[in-house]
Amino acid sequence: MSLLAIEGLTLTTGGRELVSNLSLSIAPGARLGLIGESGSGKSLTALAAIGLLPPDIHAEGSVLLDGRQVIGARENDLIPIRGAAAATVFQEPLTALDPLMKIGRQVAEPLIRRYRREGRDIDRRGIAREVRDLLERVSLPDIERIVNAYPYEISGGQRQRVAIAMALACRPKLLIADEPTTALDVTTQAEILELLSKLVDENGMALLFISHDLPVVARVAEEVAVLRQGELVEQGPVKSVFRAPAHDYTRMLVAAAAAFDRALEPAQ
Amino acid sequence: MTVFTEPQVDPARRTRRSLTLGIGLLLVGLHLAVALLTLIWTPYDPAGMAGGRLEAPSWTHWAGTDRLGRDLFTQIMIGSRIALIVGAGAVAIAAAIGVTLGVLAAFATRYLDDALTATFDILIAFPTLLLAMLVVAATGNASLLSAILALGIAISAIVARLARILAKRVLAMDYITAARTAGSSWPSIVFRHLLPNIWPTLSVNFALQFGLAVIAEASLSYLGLGAPPPNASWGRLLQEAQGTVYTAPFGAVAPGIALVSLVIGMNLLADGLRDVGDPTRRRTR
Repeated sequence: MSLLAIEGLTLTTGGRELVSNLSLSIAPGARLGLIGESGSGKSLTALAAIGLLPPDIHAEGSVLLDGRQVIGARENDLIPIRGAAAATVFQEPLTALDPLMKIGRQVAEPLIRRYRREGRDIDRRGIAREVRDLLERVSLPDIERIVNAYPYEISGGQRQRVAIAMALACRPKLLIADEPTTALDVTTQAEILELLSKLVDENGMALLFISHDLPVVARVAEEVAVLRQGELVEQGPVKSVFRAPAHDYTRMLVAAAAAFDRALEPAQ
Repeated sequence: MTVFTEPQVDPARRTRRSLTLGIGLLLVGLHLAVALLTLIWTPYDPAGMAGGRLEAPSWTHWAGTDRLGRDLFTQIMIGSRIALIVGAGAVAIAAAIGVTLGVLAAFATRYLDDALTATFDILIAFPTLLLAMLVVAATGNASLLSAILALGIAISAIVARLARILAKRVLAMDYITAARTAGSSWPSIVFRHLLPNIWPTLSVNFALQFGLAVIAEASLSYLGLGAPPPNASWGRLLQEAQGTVYTAPFGAVAPGIALVSLVIGMNLLADGLRDVGDPTRRRTR
C-alpha cells in the first residue's frame, strides 16, 4: 500500500484551476521528485498532501496519507496524523525557524510531541540528550553553542540543518522537502542534499522532494513527476525520464539544463 | 561554514538608546513612586483647606493653591495615581479584548475575519468621547471605572487591528507551517510561537497607548466624564484652573507638566522596550 496516494486532485481558487486532476503515489521508503517551474502547483500539492491548504483554496479528489483521507478531514483529526506520517523542510532558511526561540528548545518541541505520541516519559535530560544527538546527526558543528543560539546567530546552511533535525525529531514516514536547497549556495546545497539522502536512507523514510532544478532532483530522487501549470505531464524513473523525455515540456527542461551545463564548461 | 557575526551597533547609538530607556524608566518610575506614596502620605489633606485661595507657588505650597485653598501639589500627586490606574486599567482591558479578538481574526475563515475587521474599523472611527458618554449612560454615573472601561474598549479596537496584522504575518511564516506539519495543535502554536513573536511589537504599542490613555482620561475628566470631584484627576485640575487662568496661571502649568512628563516617559519607555523585545538587539547591549 502507498504511503501517500493522491487521486484526481483538483485545486481551485475563485474559479481558477491551480492543479488539475493530479494523481501520484509514493510507496514507503520511496523517493519522488516533483519538478516544475514556479506557479506550477508543486508546493500546493505538497500542502494538500498534509491538509494545510490555505482556506481560500478548494480541493477535490482524494489524498490518502498513511491510509487516511486528508481532503475534507477535520483539523483535529489531522493533527495526530501529521508529524507521525509526514514532516516538512522548507525553502527559506530565514523563516524556517522561530526567531525568538533558541535552537535547542526549537528542536525539543517536535521531540516532546513524539514522546507524548509514543506514550513515553518526558524527562528533561533525556530530551536534551536526544536534541544534541539529532543536531549531531545533521552534522552541525559546535553543538554546545548552537543549542543555546538564536536562529539569527547561525548561518543559512546551519539553519536548514536545524530544520531537517526538527523534521527528523518527528520520525515521520514521509519527509516533504519543498525546495530545501534553493536559497543556499552551491557548496552548501551539495552538502545538504547528501545529508538528506543519507538520513532518508538511514531512517527508511519516504521522500517527496520538490524542486525546479533538474540536476538536484536527479541527485536525490528515484522517480520524478513533472508538473506544468497544474498538470502532471510526465512521470517515471529519474534516469529514463531525463535520458528520454516523452513530453515536449520535459524535453525542453532537459535541453535547457544541458545547454546551461555546456555554457558553463568552457569557463572551467 | 560561515557564522554570522553579530550586528555591530555604533557605541554612540547604543548609549542614546539606553538613555532613552533610562529617562523613560525614570519619569514613569517617579510617577509610580509618587502614586504609591499618596496611598500612605500626602503633604496636605487633599480635600481640606491648606492655605489661602489661589496662592502662588511657594516653599509651603510648591504648586500653589486652588480657589478653595487646597494644596495643588497634593492634588497633582493624587492625579499621578489616578492617571496610572486609568492607563494600566485601560491597557489591560484593551490587551485582553484586543489580542484575543485580533488573534482570533487572524485564524478565522474569511467571513468571520471580515466581520471582525469591520467591527474594529467601526470602533476605531467611533469618537472616544461618544463611547465614554455611552459607558457613563450605561453604568449610571461618571466614575473612574467608567473612564477606564470606555478607554479600554476604544483602545482594544486599535490593539485588535494591530494584533491581527502581526499574527497574520507570523502565521504566514514557514516555521508555523513546519510546526503544523509536525503535528502542533492550535493552542501550542498560539502560545509557543505566535504570542512570543507578536509580543515585542505589541508591548511597544501598549506603552504608547498607555500614554494616549492618560491624555484621553485628562480630556474626559476635563469634560466631567471621568472621576468625580474628590478624585483629583489632572484633567479636572486643568478644568478648574481654566476659570482663573489669567489671575493664577500656575494652576494650569503644574498639572500640565505632570501630564506631559508621564506621557513623554511612557513614549520613551516604549522606544526602549522595542529594543528589549528583539534578541538581535538585546545581545548587542
